[in-house]
Amino acid sequence: MADKKVQTAGLMGWIDARFPLTSNIKNHLTEYYAPKNFNFWYFFGSLAMLILVMQIVTGIFLTMHYKPSAEEAFASVEYIMRDVFGGNIIRYMHSTGASMFFVVVYLHMFRGIIYGSYRNPRELIWLFGVGIFLCLMGEAFFGYLLPWGQMSYWGAQVIVNLFSAVPFIGPDLSEWLRGDYLVSDATLNRFFAFHVIALPLVLLGLVMVHLIALHEVGSNNPDGIEIKAKKDKATGIPLDGIPFHPYYTVKDMVGVVVFLIVFAAIIFFAPEMGGYFLEANNFIPANPLQTPAHIAPVWYFTPYYSILRAVPPVMNSQFPGVAAMGLSVMVFALLPWLDKSPVKSIRYRGSLYKKWLAAFVVSFCVLGYLGTVPSNVWGQFGTWCGGADRATVIARIFAVIYFAFFILMPIYTKMDKTKSVPERVTH
Amino acid sequence: MADTKTEKSSTLSFQPPSAVDLEKRQFLITATACTGAIGAAAVAVPFVGSMLPSERAKAAGAPVEVDISKVQPGSIMTVEWRGKPVWIIKRTDEQTAQLAKHNDKLSDPMCDVTSQQPAYCKNSHRSIKENISVVVGICTHLGCSPTEKMATGGDMGDSWDGGFFCPCHGSKFDLAGRVYKGSPAPINLVVPPHKYLTDNTLLIGVDDKAEA
Amino acid sequence: MKKLFIILAFLPLISLANEGEVGVSAPIDPTDQVSLQRGATAFINNCLNCHSANYMRYNRLQDIGLTEKQIKDNLLFAGEKVGDTMKVSMSKADAKKWFGAAPPDLSVEVRARGADWVYAYLLSFYRDDSRPSGWNNKVFDKVAMPHVLYELQGEQALNHETHQLELVKPGKLNSSEYINYVADLTNYMAFMAEPAKQQRKHTGLWVLLFLGVLLVLTIKLKRAYWKDIK
Repeated sequence: MADKKVQTAGLMGWIDARFPLTSNIKNHLTEYYAPKNFNFWYFFGSLAMLILVMQIVTGIFLTMHYKPSAEEAFASVEYIMRDVFGGNIIRYMHSTGASMFFVVVYLHMFRGIIYGSYRNPRELIWLFGVGIFLCLMGEAFFGYLLPWGQMSYWGAQVIVNLFSAVPFIGPDLSEWLRGDYLVSDATLNRFFAFHVIALPLVLLGLVMVHLIALHEVGSNNPDGIEIKAKKDKATGIPLDGIPFHPYYTVKDMVGVVVFLIVFAAIIFFAPEMGGYFLEANNFIPANPLQTPAHIAPVWYFTPYYSILRAVPPVMNSQFPGVAAMGLSVMVFALLPWLDKSPVKSIRYRGSLYKKWLAAFVVSFCVLGYLGTVPSNVWGQFGTWCGGADRATVIARIFAVIYFAFFILMPIYTKMDKTKSVPERVTH
Repeated sequence: MADTKTEKSSTLSFQPPSAVDLEKRQFLITATACTGAIGAAAVAVPFVGSMLPSERAKAAGAPVEVDISKVQPGSIMTVEWRGKPVWIIKRTDEQTAQLAKHNDKLSDPMCDVTSQQPAYCKNSHRSIKENISVVVGICTHLGCSPTEKMATGGDMGDSWDGGFFCPCHGSKFDLAGRVYKGSPAPINLVVPPHKYLTDNTLLIGVDDKAEA
Repeated sequence: MKKLFIILAFLPLISLANEGEVGVSAPIDPTDQVSLQRGATAFINNCLNCHSANYMRYNRLQDIGLTEKQIKDNLLFAGEKVGDTMKVSMSKADAKKWFGAAPPDLSVEVRARGADWVYAYLLSFYRDDSRPSGWNNKVFDKVAMPHVLYELQGEQALNHETHQLELVKPGKLNSSEYINYVADLTNYMAFMAEPAKQQRKHTGLWVLLFLGVLLVLTIKLKRAYWKDIK
């Protein structure tokens, strides 16, 4: 798509002679064409961007009052909640925003899966997206230590200790990450630096390249067909394309308001979300000498945590579990090359794929639930399974299904009976 | 879903709006933009407000109650209010009488610069009680804290009537905190809002009008 | 698919249902200012000797209808100022020596344990001579805290067959009076855990109303533009 040279007058002319303002507005907004059949699943990209901005702004204002030291952190959060005007709202926006970020990002990823948005020529958009997802998980992990509550402390302790399972270098690696022999003030201060500066910068950079890559090839759509294949002869505009501005700017505004209604309902009426967004145990200051009865990671990490717990130790090493957990996140990056189907969108795939996708979604949800509860929540099997915890056995089964969705994909997507895709987009 | 209004011989998926539609759009754009602006202003309130002094700052900066019964005439007592030194100057009768006699040596003897003292202190002794002045001990030049030179004469010279001398750049103030001519400091020392709860209990930081 | 998704979206609300792990439901009423004031008095008189509430300022009690003068005259004992936070009289070192562990700060206890737990806890002390303090608690086994309110409640004993608590020595208050006392105290502690709760719900109502109006406008705006699309 060639840059369009423009001649504008007045102030705009002065700017355009020095900065590609009007040409960028044309190339990326008013004359950037997106498929006209975007549906509900297409709101989540712009919502993710909104939440990113919101987390940064609320984060800046929280940093004005928060104290990143083991002695003062917990108290400074209560100071924000009580003594700072509007502090409670800003805090709730940030804590709710963190959870909503994952809700939105998971739905955004799901859209990519069902419509094949990771397929050629969009593999790089998908890979940048996986990068964003990983950074987001890191950002949430580092941020969660900052309130210095019991869950903050012990969650960080457990996760950093995971690194000690890495063969040979493990314990030294953990010590280096912590900056101490245990999670302490040193750890808190560096997690603060990662959370406030390092990862936000990386995230912003990744989002930028994610969007640049997107604009280079243009969006996919629910039918999975390429709108650039059919262009208007006179103007070169895709026949099924509509300018992003004003049509999608105005549609995304509706999505934003709906999101804000859900968001406001939560922050003003149920910011704790039954203990899932703000955990009760985190209102107890961190105590290195006393582990809470039940530690669970925050809900958005639970599927991967389940997989970690499901893998038994091998030769006294917990490393296979750690590796499995890492793989369960990284495996998303392989999707563009695992999917051998001739069609992109689920609308035209056969029942084999749909069953596997359903199995994957169920696995993700069940593993997620199991990650929030102790492994003895469903009691034990009798002698026939060696007295194993029922929940652990079930987690193992679903972990296998989770990985099978990816590993067997080259086979079942090739075998699948697909429907013929239409010439033009449908709604 | 074909638009039967006009095909306009275009194969594109979007077509320009009619004049009626444009008018409706403009109205909706304006209405939405105004509502959105109100929303944005409302959202700004907790953020901008969060930068105001917090309850902790307000509690630390709360009015200070002082028992002045032990202060001897001809001496000063220093207390802290909002991180600043506040002098409670108890003058003898002679020192108070002296105040009116050197008005010609002062830059603002009649307290014309009203920002430097509350209205009830716009008098010859700049205070509620004749013999007691309450002033913030920070030089109005560049913020150093002047040294006490209550006694007349001494190392300040024979014509010195008693007061304060700022070591940083040489500003001089009298025993009611008024600045001498020739000082780098342009205006009198600040008199904070204050009131007497009893004859011997002074409350600094609040007066009957409002809290500082 | 969209319907299923919308239903699933509301599933997390199940988590908001009351659990009742301790078997009782604390009668919390954040709008009952009289109850909250009684609870505040009870808290300051009984609890602050050993516990702190370091994040609660005395002057915040104006939110529950007390004036600054009332707070100064009735609730400040050790030379505190009305803007001070509720610090504890006992030093941490002494606390550890006498009780084994420093009594925890209670500012956000209700957010950590739940109002039901705190309510049940205050009702469940019983005499137990095997414990150093002479007291045990059915909700928190082997707790180091003695029954501070024993003069009001009287003494309970644990019946080892029925596992129920029985009153063996009456106190100054009868059973329902003591329950009301504890209800007030728990109500106050629930307020203290988040003093701005009522205010935020009130603000939330206005925010949602405003967003409803904005939603109508943005939907109309979107439809006006999308008339162009074939």
